[in-house]
Amino acid sequence: MEIFLQQLVNGIVLGSIYSLVALGYTLVYGIMGLINFAHGDVVMIGAMVTLTVIRLLSGSGLPGPLVVLCGLGAAIPFCMMTGYLMERIAYRPLRNAPRLAPLITAIGVSILLQNVAMLIWGREYLSFPQLLPAHAFPFLGASISFIQILIVAGSGIMMACLSILIRKTRLGNAMRAASQNAEVATLMGVEVNSVISITFMLGSALAAVAGMMVSAYYGIAHYDMGFLLGLKAFTAAVLGGIGNMEGAMLGGLLLGIIESMGAGYLGTLTNGAMGSNYQDVFAFFVLILVLIFRPSGLLGERVGERP
Amino acid sequence: MKTLAKYAIPAAILCILPFLIDAAFGKTWVRIVDFALLYVMLALGLNIVVGFAGLLDLGYVAFFAVGAYLYALLASPHFGLHLPFWLVLPLGAFAAGLFGILLGAPTLRLRGDYLAIVTLGFGEIIRIFLNNLNAPYNITGGPQGIDLIDPVRLGPWSFGHSVYAYYFLFLFFVLFTAFVSTRLQHSRIGRAWIAIREDEIAAEAMGIDTRNVKLLAFAMGASFGGLSGGLFAGFEGFVSPESFNLMESVMILCMVVLGGMGHIRGVIFGAILLSVLPEALRYVGPLQQSVFGRIYIDPSSLRMLLFGLALILVMLMRPAGLWPSPTRKRELSAKGETARHENTNVYDAGR
Amino acid sequence: MPDARLLEIENVSKHFGGILALTDVSLSIEKGEIYALIGPNGAGKTTLFNVITGIYKPDSGSFRMEGIDLSGKKPSMMAKSGIARTFQNIRLFSNMTALENVMTGRHCRSKSGIIGAIFRNGNNRTEEIETEEKAMHLLDYVGIRKHADMLAKNLSYGDQRRLEIARALATEPKLLALDEPAAGMNHSETDSLKGLLERIRSDGITILLIEHDMKLVMNLCDRLAVLDFGKKIAEGKPGDVSSNPLVIEAYLGGS
Repeated sequence: MEIFLQQLVNGIVLGSIYSLVALGYTLVYGIMGLINFAHGDVVMIGAMVTLTVIRLLSGSGLPGPLVVLCGLGAAIPFCMMTGYLMERIAYRPLRNAPRLAPLITAIGVSILLQNVAMLIWGREYLSFPQLLPAHAFPFLGASISFIQILIVAGSGIMMACLSILIRKTRLGNAMRAASQNAEVATLMGVEVNSVISITFMLGSALAAVAGMMVSAYYGIAHYDMGFLLGLKAFTAAVLGGIGNMEGAMLGGLLLGIIESMGAGYLGTLTNGAMGSNYQDVFAFFVLILVLIFRPSGLLGERVGERP
Repeated sequence: MKTLAKYAIPAAILCILPFLIDAAFGKTWVRIVDFALLYVMLALGLNIVVGFAGLLDLGYVAFFAVGAYLYALLASPHFGLHLPFWLVLPLGAFAAGLFGILLGAPTLRLRGDYLAIVTLGFGEIIRIFLNNLNAPYNITGGPQGIDLIDPVRLGPWSFGHSVYAYYFLFLFFVLFTAFVSTRLQHSRIGRAWIAIREDEIAAEAMGIDTRNVKLLAFAMGASFGGLSGGLFAGFEGFVSPESFNLMESVMILCMVVLGGMGHIRGVIFGAILLSVLPEALRYVGPLQQSVFGRIYIDPSSLRMLLFGLALILVMLMRPAGLWPSPTRKRELSAKGETARHENTNVYDAGR
Repeated sequence: MPDARLLEIENVSKHFGGILALTDVSLSIEKGEIYALIGPNGAGKTTLFNVITGIYKPDSGSFRMEGIDLSGKKPSMMAKSGIARTFQNIRLFSNMTALENVMTGRHCRSKSGIIGAIFRNGNNRTEEIETEEKAMHLLDYVGIRKHADMLAKNLSYGDQRRLEIARALATEPKLLALDEPAAGMNHSETDSLKGLLERIRSDGITILLIEHDMKLVMNLCDRLAVLDFGKKIAEGKPGDVSSNPLVIEAYLGGS
């Protein structure tokens, strides 16, 4: 029972990070019908920029949490800029090209970001200094750390803000209109180009926060951390129903829980033949199963090729 | 007489090429050329999937891995099996094709971008399994991989580690894959592939069972990958999960895209260019050392960086690749005014 | 007298979300006739086309081709069963030549596979030659043989329309379904299209036509049906339909 609760807690924490990243995929997909392969790498850039600022400020005597906030304050605009440029340079010129073209440039952007990061920050794992309180609280036999609470609360707040933004503001209206039908939205006076730019920037801001959370949680950052994280977050978005915001949040949480339960119990289930080293495989099987049995995801529309 | 010259001269050049290269640059470069030939095979295989049928496969290297590991398992001291290469090689191609069908069957009815991400995941999964299937039973050798793989042997004669012998073996298989690709392209099936790439709805309305035809492309491409994998294992004598990472898939994709999707000669050109050119980047390190006194840019990350950049730039500026197909060229010379339209809009219409 | 009916559509309905695109549409097309489908924009004509060519599955109702129920089958099956179509906004294989486009249309009437393609055995070679000959003949038939080697996307608009018809004919259809073939054509192009369609009919192929050019429809078709808001409101010979008050209402009054 303790293992179960502990894995549940871990799963929810992991899941809230997935949700944040999955939202980035879903927002862009909802408006442009494009899978932005490079989104995971924006998360990585977020982590790297946060860490760079933290290292600069770590000798300054400022309190730890403030230093982390400063890092985040630098990472968010930096990632938004990255997202903006990415869309402007690599995707916008290809908006009316066949589907294959933007997919290939998206791969190109992802490779480019990873290798630029490797040139700047090197091949080694960067460690996240101990700036946030490390103590843990007991909870029904499981233990919850301060960082875990921070992650769940932080992503909850981010998602609530995003929901309000999309449901209650003019910008949100424009975004929803553009995702329904870009042509009609243009006729109605929506600046589709700027809506798309803003969507990329919003997704990238969420990615920056997720990047900070991941590196704080695991204590490390690495130039190719974005790849697997991106793949999993995409799976989460598909699981929930791509293009659907609530779906991305639900899918993220579910995937986090599935993964951490799987990692916790696989060893016992298979008598030690397979262990937590197969953790990364679960997301993929979930993806395949969803695509076979419910390609629309839990809350979404169909994704088949039919018009 | 003319046809003789047309075939005999290139054949003669190809035959003496490795010796010329050895004389001019040394044996290392013959080895590089051998690898270039392997990449040509891989690129031609991926070209069937991406170039002809228009399906983006981002985990192509997984099929390469299947062929290589099958060869390693069946012809090495690992299990004590030493099956002959003429048996293992087709088996590897077949197994890879089977994996292609297993992966394609549930996913090919989905939209192209889903296929891309599923294949991407598949590539990673294969690698994770290769890395971890050393316990409780040691199947793949784990991260260390499998060593001491039998070299290719024809009758009593072993290829050993002769870069020349493998050059001719690979050349034979390159010609074989190029021949098969060309034949397929100009066939009923090839036309169906290209039709699907151009407009899937219209293709289906013409009576093409798109799902089966796509699956066929996927399986064909995969078996080419498996074939090259087997050859790789025999040549290297050693396989490990390291050799089959995502970057390899991206590199092969890059060769296809840069050379010219769907154009066989373009793809061959792209594969040779991208496997030989990065070798020149090796000199970037020492050059920096001698000029600046230290290494600022790591050559291997520079290589991947340039690949990423190439993918973006080619798609933006020359979507038909550096060497577009001859039909297009004929059109270009026939009608000057369409030339600009050609270059910017090659895959555009019908959407 | 043998059964003259080629295609029978019975009570077909189709909705998208809350919108009823087709409500209980029934009609039957006889062998050898030119049957037109007219109606205001959004009346459901193209939806009906998409149903009988397998792109949409009907929510209810069915349709039969020569007595065989085809409702809900895949588009590729429809082509094999003898229904070929063109598209309202031309959908050619742009980067293939005109000849290759038509050869692709022969896909469902030929059967060479991978092995045949690689080894080019006797059967395969005969079939390839036959495919190319037939395709050439069809290009000639629609009058664009001289452009056989041009990429489809570089043909003029009128020639693209013709190429689409040739490609559809290559599937050896019993029923040729044309979605606004005269759209965007000038007078002389429309006239020569009319000649082509009459010739196709005289060669024994039944034609189902969606068209907005009333002059063409009235001069060409044997019978027609009028759709409005997804319902069939009239059917009959051109003269009778054009004097039908419901039809006049749908075209002139109302929406």
